[in-house]
Amino acid sequence: MEILFALAVLAGLGVVFGTVLAIAGKVFAVEEDPRLEPLTEALPGANCGGCGFSGCAAYAAAVLKGKAAPGGCPVGGAEVAKAMGEILGVAVEQPERSVALVKCSGFFDVAQKKYDYDGVADCKAAARLPGGGPNECPYGCLGFGSCVKACPFGAMRVKNGVANVDHELCVGCMKCAEACPKGLIVKVPYSADITVACSSQEKGAALRKYCDIGCLGCKICEKTCEHDAIHVIDNLARIDYTKCTSCGQCAPKCPRHLIRDARLNTEGEDPIPAPVSKYAE
Amino acid sequence: MSFFSLFSLALTAILAENFVLVKFLGICPFLGVSKKTDTAVGMGMAVVFVMGLASMVTWLVNEYFLIPLDLAYMQTVVFILVIAALVQFVELFLKKFVPALYTALGIYLPLITTNCAVLGAALINVQNGYTFIQSIAFGVFSGLGFTLAIVLFASVRERLEFAKFPKAFAGFPQALVTAGLIAMAFMGFSGLSIG
Repeated sequence: MEILFALAVLAGLGVVFGTVLAIAGKVFAVEEDPRLEPLTEALPGANCGGCGFSGCAAYAAAVLKGKAAPGGCPVGGAEVAKAMGEILGVAVEQPERSVALVKCSGFFDVAQKKYDYDGVADCKAAARLPGGGPNECPYGCLGFGSCVKACPFGAMRVKNGVANVDHELCVGCMKCAEACPKGLIVKVPYSADITVACSSQEKGAALRKYCDIGCLGCKICEKTCEHDAIHVIDNLARIDYTKCTSCGQCAPKCPRHLIRDARLNTEGEDPIPAPVSKYAE
Repeated sequence: MSFFSLFSLALTAILAENFVLVKFLGICPFLGVSKKTDTAVGMGMAVVFVMGLASMVTWLVNEYFLIPLDLAYMQTVVFILVIAALVQFVELFLKKFVPALYTALGIYLPLITTNCAVLGAALINVQNGYTFIQSIAFGVFSGLGFTLAIVLFASVRERLEFAKFPKAFAGFPQALVTAGLIAMAFMGFSGLSIG
């Protein structure tokens, strides 16, 4: 008898709690925009923050409040933009896809180190050392892969001591740029064929002493460019992608082989032609 | 209840009999939500909140429901039911009336609905024959002890991210070894008793 009593009490409790919760669910129901859920579902759910919000749900809520434009999801691209437009009943313009670019080309062989670093394997830690880390070049990539750890999409890798980006996997969320203590990672349009992967603002004569590939600021590219798209500012060639037509004239003229033309290196994994090194052991 | 006995209870619950590191309760959230210090703090606060609340409610349920019905042996089952329902209810309530608290604790609340640390606090209250006030205090202090443990652990883990570990130890084993070392450190408090 006693076991039946216990059973009845427990079952009774279950029923009571269930009812209370069901009622509470109705009474305390929070009214949400009916479009919020499908809108959040339409987003990829990567929660990368590439749209500028803390996650997909936050972005969807911001769109509904009119605080953000639909179609701003860098992960989903055109497909998600279209889906969002259908839910909201508006035509959505997809902004141009952009990707991250690591502005350093100094691998182990071409850029000198000041000393061997054997500390914490993290760029932020290494960058705090006197002189900004083990690289001779104060602007160069440290290669400890803080950006690789930060990338939610597995698009970053460190090869020969320099980080680079797989442009097919990259969605342009720029988590890597936040992680880089040297501020080497910038946003470039996905369609950009011509890139200058160097950040050094050092004068050419000084740079030559420790780096075989860095920009000397010789202005040959500037003189070659017919479209006024490349300029040397602070000893560094910079491309204005609003003007660049990807004509590819500048790349072969660069005496350092620093200016890369992505179209010329479709096969090789390494888009940078290896210069003859005087530092190799 | 004097201030002195309250202090003694706090010392016991937070240090000498820390839920995670001495009693080994609530290991699941301890290992699962301890990769970052700020999420660890959020989880800790949620545990403090739920443990305090659960201690209060389960004490009332035990005293005015189970004991009069002579069903004290059903404590474990009934407490699980009560705590689970309570947390669900609180979640709904917070979402409606205190959205700020809901966004802070919201994602952690369901995680600790049926957590053994919360149930453990409720059962220990009964076993030790605590009064109503003592039960609530014990719940809150135990939650604080949990917070202390998880925040310490998360801070260590955050730093270990950058350390070079042998491959076989990287990741979870390294976390477990760390937890063990912190637990050993807490053994130093086990002789602590007041009153």
